[in-house]
Amino acid sequence: MKGFYAALAVVCVAGGAWLFYASRHRASEHAPATGPAPVVTDTFPGYEMGSASAPVTIVEYSDFECPYCAAFATVQMPEVRSQLIATGKVRWRFRDFPLHPHSTLAAMSAQCGGEQGKFWEMHDQLFDHHQWAQQDKDPSGIFREFGKAVGLDLSRYDACMDSRRYDNRITASQQEGVALGVHGTPTFLVNGRRFEGRPTSDAMKALVDSLIAARKP
Amino acid sequence: MRRRQTIAILALAGLFVALYLWLHKIGLIGELQCGTGSCEIVQASRYADLLGFPVALYGVIGYAVIFAAALVSVQPRWLAARGPGLALVALSSLGFAFTVYLTAVSLLLIHATCRWCLASGAIMTTIWLLSLATARRPT
Repeated sequence: MKGFYAALAVVCVAGGAWLFYASRHRASEHAPATGPAPVVTDTFPGYEMGSASAPVTIVEYSDFECPYCAAFATVQMPEVRSQLIATGKVRWRFRDFPLHPHSTLAAMSAQCGGEQGKFWEMHDQLFDHHQWAQQDKDPSGIFREFGKAVGLDLSRYDACMDSRRYDNRITASQQEGVALGVHGTPTFLVNGRRFEGRPTSDAMKALVDSLIAARKP
Repeated sequence: MRRRQTIAILALAGLFVALYLWLHKIGLIGELQCGTGSCEIVQASRYADLLGFPVALYGVIGYAVIFAAALVSVQPRWLAARGPGLALVALSSLGFAFTVYLTAVSLLLIHATCRWCLASGAIMTTIWLLSLATARRPT
């Protein structure tokens, strides 16, 4: 029996140590505390989808490398698209808020897709095949494959990526987010107000419906 | 007795796995260490809650109960009794059925896997098999 209790003790110590280690990690993706960066200006408002006359606008600050953003994009967003955007209730706007080593490269890849009218297709590729974010190697080749999969003109895509011409746009998007109080991803502003709580399609639908109901006389 | 001891050790390990997932679910633990899996997708899905409670919480309770039952069953006064063995079979059968359901949901509806959920599934399956063997021959 001594060996048995010793084994239980080992499991307890190992499990407790693991939980302690895990609890020391961040509970969400947060912006690193850095000094003020030079202000970059760019007038691009972000890619949008949904009716321009929709009563509710949701702005999403997102990071293509963030697992929480990928989870939202792949699990909740299809419901949001069908229940809120396709029904004309919501106009959705995507803003870059890069926080990880390859986030800016991914954002640039999506912007270069957008240059050819395929931003949302690249957005979906980057989030649907998120394995690229779980490895350390340079994902440029994987992003190019995504571009190929959605039918981009790869010579134009390569030229776009090489030029880094959307660096300023991405930086400006992040700075805009910081100015609005965004400090982690994903963050959602619903008609300008931060969405609190777990971002599920059901919660968003409830909020949007209540906002629309409140508008009615 | 060895089998029941093994069940207790496995249940304790499973308890920590379920605790890890539950603490993440309630926001006390950051990003899941998932390697090549898709833990965040599984954890963020609508199937990660059942009847208003996180699925991981059911795991915590289930493993805790199995651990307690296994611990009681290895005490000298219960070694020869059939009751503890049958209790372990009943509890682990429930756990195994839940594991099968969760694995099916993960593969067929969410189309993503979480290595911690798979680890828990493997632990529960082993416990179930050991409990069946224990019920037949409680040594």
